[in-house]
Parts: sequence; structure tokens; C-alpha cells
Amino acid sequence: MQLFSIEYISLVVGFLILIIGIWGILTRKNILKMVIGFSLFDTGTHIIIVALGYVRNKTAPILDQVNLQTNTAQKIVDPVPQALVLTAIVIGLGVTALMLVYAMKLHNEKKTLNIEKYNDLKW
Amino acid sequence: MILLLITIVLGLVMLIAAVIAVYNKDMKTAIIAAGLTSLFASVLYVLLAAPDVALTEASIGSGLTTLIFFYVYNKIRRNNAQE
Amino acid sequence: MLRNSLILLVLLGFAAAVFPLVQSYEGKDTLTGVAEHYANYGKEEVGAANLVSAVVVTYRGFDTLGEVTILFLASAVIGLFLKVSETHTKDSRSVFFKSTEILVTASRLLVPMIMLLGAYIFINGHLTPGGGFQGGAVIASAFALLLLSRPQKHFSHKVISVVESISGIAFVFIGLLGILLAGGFLDNHIFAMGKFGTLLSAGAIPIIYILIGLKVGSELTGIVRNLKESQKVG
Repeated sequence: MQLFSIEYISLVVGFLILIIGIWGILTRKNILKMVIGFSLFDTGTHIIIVALGYVRNKTAPILDQVNLQTNTAQKIVDPVPQALVLTAIVIGLGVTALMLVYAMKLHNEKKTLNIEKYNDLKW
Repeated sequence: MILLLITIVLGLVMLIAAVIAVYNKDMKTAIIAAGLTSLFASVLYVLLAAPDVALTEASIGSGLTTLIFFYVYNKIRRNNAQE
Repeated sequence: MLRNSLILLVLLGFAAAVFPLVQSYEGKDTLTGVAEHYANYGKEEVGAANLVSAVVVTYRGFDTLGEVTILFLASAVIGLFLKVSETHTKDSRSVFFKSTEILVTASRLLVPMIMLLGAYIFINGHLTPGGGFQGGAVIASAFALLLLSRPQKHFSHKVISVVESISGIAFVFIGLLGILLAGGFLDNHIFAMGKFGTLLSAGAIPIIYILIGLKVGSELTGIVRNLKESQKVG
């Protein structure tokens, strides 16, 4: 496995962004910062999935030239992870918008965004 | 070879932007840094031969998410100033 | 201090659990399995030049139906939480500041062009990179620019919800037509296949993408409008 190739570097960068996102969720006390951490977590996961579908020295899965239309499986990258990530990005936007509206409603009730002041559910 | 160099530079800038987004005290800088991470991820998708995903990430991840973050931040600030 | 070190331990455990995946990853040289079937037979079974569109709409069409449902749920819950007062009184209009001159003039030129670009993206979704979701997001950003440059303009809630509901019902209806007239749910052989690579090809895929584009565009515009025009929440 060649160490310096595009997909390996993208894989490592994706994992690092994912870990930075989880660190942001676990250590920050401001609710909006936690939502930013979730957004980074999503971005890192999508980079990992697309990097896993890369085939060396092949081109994008769009059949616009005639020489791509015969014997296609040896000439393009994997189209299935790209279709999955397309769906996942749009769902990530929906969930982020929902989390932000919840944060706004929480701020209305208690006038603070510090998560340590919310101890209604603590035993 | 040149593609490898561009990938390494993009990866470094993305990591720096992600660290700024988590650690900075000012909220506006953190939101813009998260949008910058999405923007450079979109360029990385073009290098990984995925143009559909690049278009989606650039328009949704870097455009609409930042917009919604700023709307909510503005409302919370206005709410704080009213009380 | 103890809490920080515990969090560090959790993260290190996570990294150690996924380290074998990164280490044993070998780059592929050719496609295998399901992707090979989609690549080799995609042209004659589906007829779309953009293989990712063929996978999203036809081969995995059920997942697209699930995604459309999730977006509808998110938009409905956001509309439930943010109360928008239907009567716009005089004093609620006077708190808006006038936008700067550059923004007003530039938005007059840019907003029609951005809408045209969004419509182009979802109409040509089966030939070039693009599709319904990207086109819908671009149209929603055009409406957001309009809302930013003219703060006193307000979109009617009725038009947005009518467009969204009719597009969603028409999408499910075309899927059910697939059961009656062709192979299965969301099959695209219900319309004529046409010549490969032209605008009127790939059966029902352009029509499905137009409906998805309208639905996603109106949903995201509804979310932005609710966020802007909501009064004091709750």
C-alpha cells in the first residue's frame, strides 16, 4: 500500500477532522460550539466515505465521451459511495438546522447558552 | 506529483481551520472557520474525481449551513440585548 | 483535569479501534461487485449519462424517497417551533434597517441569474454533474439573497407549502406509476427512453429531478423564511 497517494492522505485527514469534531462536542460548554462540532463530524465522515471509493488513475463516473461507454468498469471510479454521500450531506443540513432551532428555544427559556446551567435532568 | 502537493496543502489548511473552529472564543470566527473547512473539502472532492459531491458540498455545506448559523446567532444576540 | 484526561482516553480508544482500518487499506485497481454491474449495464438499463444520477434515482430510488421524507420532517418541525405572526403590523416593519447600496444593486442583477443557474442544474441532472438536490439548494440561496437585500419583503407561507406538497405527492405518484406500467417502484421505463445523451432521454429521470428540485428548493426557502420572520419564540 503506497503511503503517499491521494486517497490515503484524504483518509487520514478525514479521520483527523472527525476526531477534532468529537473533541469539540465533548469539551466545549457553549451549545452553539457543540453544534459546530457536529457539523465538523459530518464533514469528516463524508470525506472518509468518498476517499474509500477512489480507484487509482481513473476518471469521474460521467459517460460524456464515446470511449468511456464501452468496457466502463475499467475506466471509472466507484459511483456508489458518491450516491450515498450525496444523500448524507442533505440530511446533515436538515439535522443541523433542527439542532440550531432547539438551541434557540433553550436560550429563550433560561437566557443562557452554557450547558452546565441546565441541570433539570440530573439525578 | 503536483496533485499530491495540492492535496497535502489542502489537508493542512483544513486541519488548521477545524482547530480554529473549535478553539476560538469569538463565535463569528468559529462559524466562518467551519464554513471554510467545508469549502476546502469541496475542492478535495474534485481531486478525488467526484464532481457531483463537490457541487453538493459547496452549495449546502459551505453556503446554507453558514447562513443558518448566522441567522440563529443574530437572533440569540438580539434576544440577549433585549432583556 | 480528571475530566479532560478521561475524554482524551476515550478519543485514544476510538483512534486505536479504527487504526487497523487505516493501516490495512489497499487502493483498488478495478471495480468489483455491484459497482461493476452498475458501470457495465448502466447505459442500457437506465439510459442516463450521469451514472451517479442513475444510482440515486433508479437503482437506489427508495433511499431517495427516505431522504425526501426526512427533509420534509425537519422542515415541518422547524415550522412548528418558530411561530410566525401572520399580520404584519406597522411597528414590526420599522425595526428593519435599510441595506447598503451595493447589496441592493447587485442583487437586482444576480438573483434572476442564480435562479436560472439552479433551474439549469436540475433540468440537466442526468447529463452533467448536478441533479435535484444541488439545484434546489442553489435556488434556496437565491431566495436568501433576496431576503437579505430587501428586509421588508415577505414570502407568503401558502405558496411555499403548496409547491412543496404538490411536488412530494407527484414524486410518489410517479413511483406508483412505475409499479403499474413498468418493472417496479420508481422504474424509469414509463416514458420513452430517447437517444442517449440528449435532453429528452432516460425516461422519467428528468421529471423526477424537476420535482425533487422544486421540493428541496421550497423546503429550504421555507426554513430560511421561518428563521427570519419569526417573532419571539415560544
